[in-house]
Amino acid sequence: MDWKFIAEYIPLYQEAAALTVKIGIAGIAAAIGTGLVCGMIGYYRVPVLGRIVSAYVELSRNTPLLIQLFFIYYGLPKIGIRTDAKACGMAGLAFLGGGYMAETFRSGIEAVDAIQEESACSLGLNKVQTIWYVILPQALAVSMPAFVANVIFLLKETSVFSAVSLMDLMFTAKDLIGIYYNTTESLFLLVIFYLLILLPVSVLGSILERRARYAGFGT
Amino acid sequence: MPDLGLEVLWKGKNLIRLLGGLGIALRISLVSVLISIGLGTLLGMVRRKEKGLPKVIMRLYLEFIRIMPQLVLLFLVYFGTTRSFGWDLSGETAAVIVFSLWGTAEMSDLVRGALNSIPVHQYESAEALGLWEKQIYRYVILPQAVRRLLPPAINLVTRMIKTTSLVLMIGVVEVLKVAQQIIEANRMSSPNAAFGVYLAVFVIYFCACWPVSLAAKKLERRWR
Repeated sequence: MDWKFIAEYIPLYQEAAALTVKIGIAGIAAAIGTGLVCGMIGYYRVPVLGRIVSAYVELSRNTPLLIQLFFIYYGLPKIGIRTDAKACGMAGLAFLGGGYMAETFRSGIEAVDAIQEESACSLGLNKVQTIWYVILPQALAVSMPAFVANVIFLLKETSVFSAVSLMDLMFTAKDLIGIYYNTTESLFLLVIFYLLILLPVSVLGSILERRARYAGFGT
Repeated sequence: MPDLGLEVLWKGKNLIRLLGGLGIALRISLVSVLISIGLGTLLGMVRRKEKGLPKVIMRLYLEFIRIMPQLVLLFLVYFGTTRSFGWDLSGETAAVIVFSLWGTAEMSDLVRGALNSIPVHQYESAEALGLWEKQIYRYVILPQAVRRLLPPAINLVTRMIKTTSLVLMIGVVEVLKVAQQIIEANRMSSPNAAFGVYLAVFVIYFCACWPVSLAAKKLERRWR
């Protein structure tokens, strides 16, 4: 292990990690938005839109992110839709994550008893109030474990961004291996930095999960 | 209508070559899935009983595998171990090793979860009825556990197939690599090939994964 090499290239990895986190957060936020909207549409069986959404969910869940990125980054420019690498990464993450999140939210909403909606209705709440105050809080509590799993999954998936020449952790490691041949050190740093990003998220996730469970059972 | 570059697919053996690439991806995932199911089931059953140090080590292994992106694991095995141990791994072998390690971890979790989800009174009632341990598992526990296990296990297969797309990065010639070669070769005659060919790859992967996840969904609904 060449510690001098490691010390020298930590800043490079820091930059790459910042990029990974930034695009990861933006992409996941977009995925959550997409997922919420699609989940609602799926649950309320909106005509036509519901069909489109379920096709989208199947498409995004049954294809790898790498293929989606290649299609967005190399395929779409040929018909005039050009994106830079960062936008492409975010779009890919939103496309993939949207499908997973939609499924999660939909099954969460489905788990809320119909009686809740009826009671809200008889209390005089309108549709939006019912969703906001009654359905969503319970649905989110139910779908929390799956939601946390999705977030971690999406963060892990960011590792394929290097394929569309985003300078993320993977790209940096590969580059350093190519230039200096310091395989062990480069990979060591790679693992450490991924742990630094993913471990806190995973711990935070399990705390969130526990909290949501308490909320669900009212203890 | 702009040129979509779809005609490249019908030229020569291009489509067959793409499907051949899929064959390699499927072969890698099939081998890994079989290993994962075997080892994962064993590990899942063992994990319910173990205590102390082995439990801690097992836990660390599983957490590490679960938290690392699969691509990082691929790099570790393909570039890392070959360098530190001085052996020679083909990309495909490295892929099978990584996917088996990962699949075993996931599968053992599923098995453990399925076995744990069976309420204790099922064991106790079976015992009260005078069944032996073997009979308890054979007639009471396994039929219920398998029902809970099968849908997520099938989902693991689709995840495996999707993840094989990553082996491009360690130099295995699978669908994406073939697609790149085709696009490269037809650069002059059809400059828009990238759209058509990558669209085809997208559809090919979808066709490989969708039936499997449909089956999982159907089973889940029927057994609920």
